[in-house]
Amino acid sequence: MLRAERLAAQRGGVTLFANVEFALDCGEALIVTGANGSGKTTLLRIVAGLTQPHSGQLSWRGESIAAFDRSVRAAALYIGHAAALKDDFTAEENLLSLAALHGPAPDRVAAANALREWSLDHHHDIPARVLSQGQRRRIALARMNLARRRLWVLDEPATALDASGVATLEKRVNAHLAAQGVAVIATHKPLALVGTMRRLEL
Amino acid sequence: MAATLEITDETRESSAWRGFAWSMTRDLKLAIRSKAELGVQLLFYVIVVTLFPLAVGAEPLLLRTLGPGVLWVAALLASLLSLSRIFAADFADGSLEQLALSPQPLPALISGKIAAHWMSTGFPLVAASPLLGAQFGLTADEGWLLALGLLIGTPTLSLLGAIGAALTLGLRAGGGLLALLILPLYVPILIFGAGSIEAARAGLGASAQLSLLTAALLATLVGAPLAAAAAVRIALD
Amino acid sequence: MSSIAWFRLASPASFFPLARRLVPWFSAGAAVLAVAGLWLGLLVAPTDAQQGDAYRIIFIHVPAAWMSMFIYVVMAFWCAVSLTFNTRLAAMLAQALAPTGAMFTVLALVTGAMWGKPAWGTYWAWDARMTSELILLFLYFGYMALRNAIDDPRRADRASAVLALVGAINVPIIYFSVKWWNTLHQGASVSLTSAPTMAATMLSGMLIMAFAAWFYAIAVALLRVQAIIVEREKNFRWSGELLRWVR
Repeated sequence: MLRAERLAAQRGGVTLFANVEFALDCGEALIVTGANGSGKTTLLRIVAGLTQPHSGQLSWRGESIAAFDRSVRAAALYIGHAAALKDDFTAEENLLSLAALHGPAPDRVAAANALREWSLDHHHDIPARVLSQGQRRRIALARMNLARRRLWVLDEPATALDASGVATLEKRVNAHLAAQGVAVIATHKPLALVGTMRRLEL
Repeated sequence: MAATLEITDETRESSAWRGFAWSMTRDLKLAIRSKAELGVQLLFYVIVVTLFPLAVGAEPLLLRTLGPGVLWVAALLASLLSLSRIFAADFADGSLEQLALSPQPLPALISGKIAAHWMSTGFPLVAASPLLGAQFGLTADEGWLLALGLLIGTPTLSLLGAIGAALTLGLRAGGGLLALLILPLYVPILIFGAGSIEAARAGLGASAQLSLLTAALLATLVGAPLAAAAAVRIALD
Repeated sequence: MSSIAWFRLASPASFFPLARRLVPWFSAGAAVLAVAGLWLGLLVAPTDAQQGDAYRIIFIHVPAAWMSMFIYVVMAFWCAVSLTFNTRLAAMLAQALAPTGAMFTVLALVTGAMWGKPAWGTYWAWDARMTSELILLFLYFGYMALRNAIDDPRRADRASAVLALVGAINVPIIYFSVKWWNTLHQGASVSLTSAPTMAATMLSGMLIMAFAAWFYAIAVALLRVQAIIVEREKNFRWSGELLRWVR
């Protein structure tokens, strides 16, 4: 499904990584690890389609793709470092808004279930600005419950999460992989994931 | 609850209209909630307009001559003031990335943002302009002409300004750079807008200027979102 | 040339030696043409009946104005190429041309003012062409300022390319609107098209000066692009090339 050949990236003239290769099939996940500044975020942004690699080829479902490619925009769910939350919206509104941006309007029941699973149901009508970092990350990750996308690109999803948050994250990703989804995850913390894992150290 | 929604691989037809509606309603909701920025542009407009009689004296004939120009230039400056923020908040919290990655066409999403921006900043100027025009001795007819010109012109200013705002996203250079980039593009709007009142005063009728302003608006409606979308993608790269 | 050769040339590192070889030719050509043009303009062309010898400044003013607009068009062309083919060299060429274009614009404005005083009694008459020229200067400055403000060279390339194209599309509109504005507000047109009726020698003098300016612009741009290439292509092994260049 997702294949990378001789990917290389530069930032300001400095080569971050070169000759990165991997191939992922349905139900497989790529775990990307590496020191700070090694280019994990850049690699994930390339996979999600935000950045063009300096050289090399990325292909999705057999077709080579460039940045902002239509097929990737329809297939990928990208949750980056920035949570993409509006401070003035409540958790529920943020969730519904982002889901509506990326697909058909989700129903509120599904959103409420998602918030409950991520332990946010008591905070569902408070503006996001007063929530803690961990709670904001939970809202961002709750998008996984509502997304029906094949490719998940998660950049350090476990940041600021407590143990129960990490457990919910693992549960969600495992369910996605079991449903034949594909995931590319950059992480510092080890995640207990089930299924075929490919590892990439930058 | 380990059940996950079924993955769907069909690429749905992306809809420009849905994208436009989504971003316009979202931005309007946010503008109303934050309340901080509502009315600031209008206040700025009124203050700048008031500065001119203080600077050149309140002699009625002078004010009448200067009036259309002052009211148009102040509208340009007020528009510039708010434009740098049109993408800034979304850029900072990561929402702009999500917009660029969504299946909806980015130009449509940006058009929605610009529409919301104009409604909260440009439209109040249009509404206030006849009143301010009266301060400069504009007749009632001229006041309506001013409002009509601004009604057609200020959306064009917002559209052009969005290109500049997208190009300068996240740069330290800030507002001054945006002004340098955008003001030359504003010159035709200014000339035809202020010129419409001059022409009416000279008895020539303002239809030529208003038609040109409308043509400029239509051309910008098509072109500016595309250019701004390209600039946003470049800034996100 | 076959298409393969063109693409090889599109790499900044391969273009560098070519640029170096061409500079002396264009500089020499510019010098020769300038001497010829000035000889025609200052010595051969007849004294104008109305304006005396002061009009001779048009032999610098008009070519400078032509070049200021021509360079903007060429710059916009290279920007379009750089966006379409995603090449660095085209963007570098545009980057190299901009300061020269701005210089010609300033030259046109200054010589226009110098001409205005003896001819019409005022340094700046807000006529359509000079006002448009002033706005063109702002467009050049905007391009250079935007490049300067962006740290990442590739983002700077692409953002300033978008800006240059938006500017290029607007230049005719701006010119048209300023012309219209001028006819509405000024009675007597002090436009510089009301120059002395062209004797043949005057026209050829201006054309030769225009070519001299063109060759000069190419020489300077090629020189500047070499510096840009060296500065930006840090990964290329410059040892051989650079030593020869420095010596």
